[in-house]
Amino acid sequence: MNKVSKDNFKQEKYKYGFVTDIESETIPRGLNEDIVRIISKKKNEPEWMLEWRLKAFHRLKSMKMPTWAKVEFDEIDFQSLYYYSSPKGHEDKPKSLDEIDPKLIETYNKLGIPLNEQKMLAGVAVDAVFDSVSVATTFKGKLNELGVIFCPISEAIQKHPELVKKYLGSVIPVTDHFYATLNSAVFTDGSFVYIPKGVRCPMELSTYFRINASETGQFERTLIIADEDSYVSYLEGCTAPMRDENQLHAANVELVALDNAEIKYSTVQNWYPGDENGVGGIYNFVTKRGLCKGKNSKISWTQIETGSAITWKYPSCILRGDNSIGEFYSVAITNNYQQADTGTKMIHLGKNTKSKIISKGISAGKSTNTYRGLVSFHPKAENATNFTQCDSLLVGDKSKANTVPLTENSNNSSSINHEATTSKISEEQLFYCLQRGLNEEEAQSLIVNGFCKEVLQKLPMEFAVEAQKLVSISLEGSVG
Amino acid sequence: MLEIKKLNVSVEENKILNDLTLSIKTGEVHAIMGPNGSGKSTIAHTLAGNPNYRVESGSISFNGSDLLDMEPTERSLDGLFLAFQYPIEIPGVTNASYLRQILNSHRKHQGKDPIDAAEFLKLLKEKSAYLKIPMEMHSRFVNTGFSGGEKKKNEVLQMDLLDPKLIIMDETDSGLDVDALKVTADAVNQMKSKNRSLIIVTHYLRLLEYIKPDFVHIFQNGKIIESGDSSLASRIDKEGYE
Ligand SMILES: Nc1ncnc2c1ncn2[C@@H]1O[C@H](COP(=O)(O)OP(=O)(O)OP(=O)(O)O)[C@@H](O)[C@H]1O
Ligand SMILES: [Mg+2]
Repeated sequence: MNKVSKDNFKQEKYKYGFVTDIESETIPRGLNEDIVRIISKKKNEPEWMLEWRLKAFHRLKSMKMPTWAKVEFDEIDFQSLYYYSSPKGHEDKPKSLDEIDPKLIETYNKLGIPLNEQKMLAGVAVDAVFDSVSVATTFKGKLNELGVIFCPISEAIQKHPELVKKYLGSVIPVTDHFYATLNSAVFTDGSFVYIPKGVRCPMELSTYFRINASETGQFERTLIIADEDSYVSYLEGCTAPMRDENQLHAANVELVALDNAEIKYSTVQNWYPGDENGVGGIYNFVTKRGLCKGKNSKISWTQIETGSAITWKYPSCILRGDNSIGEFYSVAITNNYQQADTGTKMIHLGKNTKSKIISKGISAGKSTNTYRGLVSFHPKAENATNFTQCDSLLVGDKSKANTVPLTENSNNSSSINHEATTSKISEEQLFYCLQRGLNEEEAQSLIVNGFCKEVLQKLPMEFAVEAQKLVSISLEGSVG
Repeated sequence: MLEIKKLNVSVEENKILNDLTLSIKTGEVHAIMGPNGSGKSTIAHTLAGNPNYRVESGSISFNGSDLLDMEPTERSLDGLFLAFQYPIEIPGVTNASYLRQILNSHRKHQGKDPIDAAEFLKLLKEKSAYLKIPMEMHSRFVNTGFSGGEKKKNEVLQMDLLDPKLIIMDETDSGLDVDALKVTADAVNQMKSKNRSLIIVTHYLRLLEYIKPDFVHIFQNGKIIESGDSSLASRIDKEGYE
């Protein structure tokens, strides 16, 4: 008795699973030198950029996909994918609002991201990337007045080559690993941000990534540079249609913080996770790395990972500047057959560098959720400190949680403080809430939101409420 | 209001309640006393529908419905409230937001709109002042790190907010200081009404002296071995159960 049957709760469908019916420009399938050249040409790139890509492409031929992560999937046939797709008429550069295909405007409205500046969230500037191109960037003018550059990276390559040349690949070397190198060869769009010296960016900058075309990979490239004494808060969101196929999103994101600069980078990742039988969903293979180049600089990563069939992602900080700070706050939720292998690396190179890692993994259904982290103190990182806390919460008894925290310490003055817990969602807590009139889904969502609180409150206020809802929705259907 | 007939309940492999029969009419206040382990919390949790307590046989009717057929949530929404002997902690959830959510859940069930933030704050201030609960407690996480007495007061506050028809208080008086006991007893007396029934599980005469139950039942080995009026409580207090 008293066992709540599963049928009482219908699983709310993935809300962003629709397809926009729009004509698109694609290029032939497959990965070869011609494809790299075509992409570069489509983007009107200067010669140096093409060479940079080709170098990556040639290097890629001798590289293998990494296999150490705790994720399982069928081999990806890179020759069968499309590497470029753009809505017709948007290949060049983002247009003004009235030149954008109304279908795209409607798409973003449906996603809750109105591109019309009057309707937008006040204080948030958006770069909207649709498949392989950026279709709009809002509030550009206002930001320009302060000298803040916020534009698609393809535009930055043309307009700000000196900055791009200096920093692109400076944090994630072109030859870093398979996906990073692949991205370097075929990346299409993403955002570019430059905050000049002494400027505190007054708006949240955000990029919304949308995959629409089928059988197409999305290769995002984002570069954010915070010059001395500057501050920026940036947020990315992502969604994709529901499809039976698996689609690849392989991004490279590089952050550079100079002396006394601070970058706060938040992600709300809600790619299509596949259905309840594990069919379809995005493979999210992402390389994110920040360099605290200057003294007293700070980079913090906050991520809410609820989507994707597979998440493979380790936003990291290289703490080179003395007294620099790296932070990683993560909530990763997996349900049904989702797999997440995510965590961070904190590489302490400078003196008195500090890092903090708070990871909350929640696994429901038959999913697998792994935290993988590395904290490394180099010989010169005197008095460096790290605090790591990894908590895993299991919902039901068919899900798995793993924690793989690695440390490397090459000096005596540094300290690591590591705490890890794994708990099941407590029946007592659930019953207590039910006794007070909440239903099972509400009770679970309350408890899980409490479990994630520390991380959720790191998100920019404008997004915190949405994120809470997302946490609840991601777990729907997992009760019982 | 409540009709328990020949109820047998097991926890894991142990039979705890043996042919328990008890009838409570609307407006009545019943006290349950009995030695440790005699099954008092077991009947309380069984009434609330805790799935760890397995009903082997017997029946319970609650305002004409078959209680055993109702989910815990439904029991709560239909007016059954259990004040826990050991209230549960919910880290990361502020007490205020939790209280508002459970209140809104009941309001929704009654076809009312959710209470707005300002109105809720006013209500919370009023009720907290009455129970001498500092408002700061509501910015802390639900029961997390609360003292024993604070947890109990928080139970009484929830009871007061949700305005239930049947209240089961499982040793709410244990752990309260003298003043808190008075405040709590006052609150309970305020809640006594001809439309509401109370079951008060306690070890002490003290609370019963304030509340004055209509009936007192003595539990032993999972059943009632003696029933009487409030003088029974005084006798037990003097002589013990032996
Ligand atoms: N989960 C459990 N597993 C095994 N036995 C249990 C469990 N829960 C309760 N019991 C047993 O059931 C019996 C009745 O317990 P119950 O909690 O109802 O007692 P009580 O009358 O409320 O006691 P107290 O006055 O100490 O609160 C006890 O012997 C107890 O050990
Ligand atoms: Mg008890």
